[in-house]
Amino acid sequence: MTGAPLLKIRGLRKAYGTHRVLDGIDLDVAEGEVVVLLGPSGAGKSTLLRCVNHLEKPDGGFIAMDGQIIGYRPDGRHLRELSPRAVTRQRAGIGMVFQQFNLFPHMTVLENIAEAPVALRRKQKKEAAALGRELLARVGLSGREDSYPGQLSGGQQQRVAIARALAMEPRLMLFDEPTSALDPELVGEVLAVMKDLAAARMTMIVVTHEIGFAREVADTIAFLDGGRIVESGPPAEVLLNPRHDRARAFLAAVL
Amino acid sequence: MGRTGNAVSQIDQEAPGDEELAASRLVPRRRPGQWGSAAIALVLLAMVVHTLLTNPRFQWGIIGQYFATRPVLDGLWLTLWLTAAVMSCGYLLGIGLAAMRLSGNVMLRSLSFGYVWLIRSVPPLVQLLFWYELASLYPQLSLGIPFGHQFVTVRTAHLFTGLLAAFVALTLDVAAFSAEIVRGGILSVGQGQSEAAQSLGLSRFRAFRRIVLPQAMPAIIPATGNMLISLIKATSIVSVIAVQDLLYSVQLIYNENFLVIPLLLVATIWYIVLTTVLSVGQYYIERYYARGASRTGGRGFWRVARANLPVFSVGQP
Repeated sequence: MTGAPLLKIRGLRKAYGTHRVLDGIDLDVAEGEVVVLLGPSGAGKSTLLRCVNHLEKPDGGFIAMDGQIIGYRPDGRHLRELSPRAVTRQRAGIGMVFQQFNLFPHMTVLENIAEAPVALRRKQKKEAAALGRELLARVGLSGREDSYPGQLSGGQQQRVAIARALAMEPRLMLFDEPTSALDPELVGEVLAVMKDLAAARMTMIVVTHEIGFAREVADTIAFLDGGRIVESGPPAEVLLNPRHDRARAFLAAVL
Repeated sequence: MGRTGNAVSQIDQEAPGDEELAASRLVPRRRPGQWGSAAIALVLLAMVVHTLLTNPRFQWGIIGQYFATRPVLDGLWLTLWLTAAVMSCGYLLGIGLAAMRLSGNVMLRSLSFGYVWLIRSVPPLVQLLFWYELASLYPQLSLGIPFGHQFVTVRTAHLFTGLLAAFVALTLDVAAFSAEIVRGGILSVGQGQSEAAQSLGLSRFRAFRRIVLPQAMPAIIPATGNMLISLIKATSIVSVIAVQDLLYSVQLIYNENFLVIPLLLVATIWYIVLTTVLSVGQYYIERYYARGASRTGGRGFWRVARANLPVFSVGQP
């Protein structure tokens, strides 16, 4: 992994009132790298992900993808917020998968997947449908095109959500606790799809509590606490030999 | 209680095995109360039918005679298209007002709030009379530069005929109420839905139109159906400014021949017909927007009718 990182985060800060959720985050993600964010709840993991997609606006610092600052335009010593339309364009390159799936319940599986490509990339409906079928096959759900989300299990819904995000052909995928709302026996099928993605060298940032997945798939584990990255490195290092007290305590509790 | 006792004692006497029990037919609970209430309802219904048929002062012959006459049908037509025009224009305005009210722009938000507050405060009849009498407040309206040259000037008395006044007043009224209905519907859709749409890169407008609004519809439709049905009847207030809608048409007739009750019944029956048609329409629209909400798909019209009307459900096990 050489050259400039695909995603560069520097000095990112975000507070709700007096509560500092992100307190100076620095993180590089290289093309094809899988970064897993670990840490106790309230550490700022989800907020960090949501900032990358500009669903939350940071108070300071910046996030740049491919040299382009997300949500802002540099102007002298200022970063000026972009128009919603411009943010929309940037988001098209970043896929996001939510804990609660957030599929559109009034649309069939295929319509869920085809909506954004048709709306943004001006793909023909037919092309988008073909792409949708291909992606459904990739997540192991061929034949469910015409089902509504309510007719699927949680694991199936989350796999559709992944296919929907992939339909925009993103360069970066964000996963916000993708298996936390699932029954234990359904977790495996979603993780399997994510492993396939990682094997296909998709750049991913994953917030999860699945330590096994982190150990097996992550290139880098970043441990967050109190809005800072207190420890980061390859899984072997962070999981087996954590230096920071807070990381040690957390890992002792979950392992 | 008695039935339960019987069932228990039967089991005690025969003490069937598990296989027998598993193979036995399941019988739904009897509902004697339903039969009783049905009998009472039937008697009441018979009484109503009896008085309708035997009281000569209903004058069914006269009703039949006037039911489909030219003036009545013309009035019906005006009621129909006035309702349609007011509803569609008012609703479009209402959606816009709801979007303004939910926007981040303080100016738009206050404008929408102020408008809804003002219109909801004034009785529709007063609004109607106000627009009709606009000429006495502004004898003429001009388009041009303030204090400078005027390009177009219209005399208000010519502009605001009864019909236009009715259309404007009712439309502005519908806009205010539908804005609140739509706003409530939009608020009922979870935040996660618009976030998911935005994370896919959909524009805010597209996310609103394709993702949020269709999901707000199940919450919006019943209230809207309600408003449409009450609007059909509310249009009858235009009779006070001599617009010949359904009600005013029959009033004109009974002012001449003094057959007040039969002619009011002519109008009533037509209003009932319109409301019935709209209720059926509302059912189908609701079913369309409920797609994806149930695991089994939609329920047929007659199944719902049977479940809600006692006439159909009595006599079924």
